[in-house]
Amino acid sequence: MPTATPRQAHITPLDGILVVTLPPLLGDSDAEHLAQQVGERLVTEQAHAVLIDMTQMRMIDSHMGRVLNVMATMIRLLGAETMVAGLRPEVAMTMVELGMDLGGIPAALSVRHGLADLRARAGRSA
Amino acid sequence: MRTTARPIRATIPIHGEESLATVHRVVDEAGQAMGYGLVDQTKLITAASELVRNIVLYAGTGQVDVEEMDRGGRNGLRLIFTDQGPGIPDVGRAMQDGYSTGKGMGLGLPGTRRLVHEFAIDSAAGAGTRVTIILWKR
Repeated sequence: MPTATPRQAHITPLDGILVVTLPPLLGDSDAEHLAQQVGERLVTEQAHAVLIDMTQMRMIDSHMGRVLNVMATMIRLLGAETMVAGLRPEVAMTMVELGMDLGGIPAALSVRHGLADLRARAGRSA
Repeated sequence: MRTTARPIRATIPIHGEESLATVHRVVDEAGQAMGYGLVDQTKLITAASELVRNIVLYAGTGQVDVEEMDRGGRNGLRLIFTDQGPGIPDVGRAMQDGYSTGKGMGLGLPGTRRLVHEFAIDSAAGAGTRVTIILWKR
C-alpha cells in the first residue's frame, strides 16, 4: 500500500449536526465502538441529527449494513435523525445485488446536500 | 505502488477479525492488477468480506487462496475460502435469503452468490466448509 489507510471514523459537530466520516474500510471493532461514540457525542453536543459521510467507503457488506441500521435505531431513540450521504454508485449497486437495504435511513447525494436537507428539516420543526 | 506478480497466487491465513484488513488489501491489489472495473472490484472485495466474516464468526480460523484463472480465453480471479469449523448441516437452507444462525443479516451466502459469476460450496456438519467463487473479467 502506498499510504497507510485510515481505519477510524471521525466525528465532527457542525451547527447541531454530527458529521460522522467513515474511512474506506471500517474494522469490526471500530464499527462496534462507533455507535457508542456517536451516542455519547450526540448527548454532549446536544445535536439534532447525525450525517454519516460515506464518501470514502469502498464497500458495505452485510455486517456494516447491520452496524448502520443499529446505529440509526439508537439515534432515533435518542430523539435525533440519521442521514447517510455520498454513497459511491458502485457501492450502492453492490448493496442492491447483495440484497441489503438501509431501510428507513434517508440518503443524500453528497454531504453538502445532506447538510442542507437536515438544516431545512430543523428549520421547519423549530 | 507495489506491483502484483502475475499470475496471481496468494494464500492468506485467517486467524480472526484482524485478518479482514489483510484479505481486503490482497484481494484489492489482485483485482486492480487484473484490471477489473470499479463495480466488479467492489463486488469482489464485498464478497471476500462476507466470506471472511463467515469464517471468523463460525470457524474462528481458516484461509483464503487467491488465484488467477484462465479458462477458454477468459481471465478471472478465483477465491477459495476454507475452514475446519463446524460446517453447515443444511447447505440448501443456508443458501436461502433471510436464513442466518449468526448475528449477520442473513444475506451472507445467498447475497455473495449474486455478486460473482461462479459460486460453489462444499460443507457438511463437522467437516468444515469450502466456498469457491470466481469473478470473470468482462
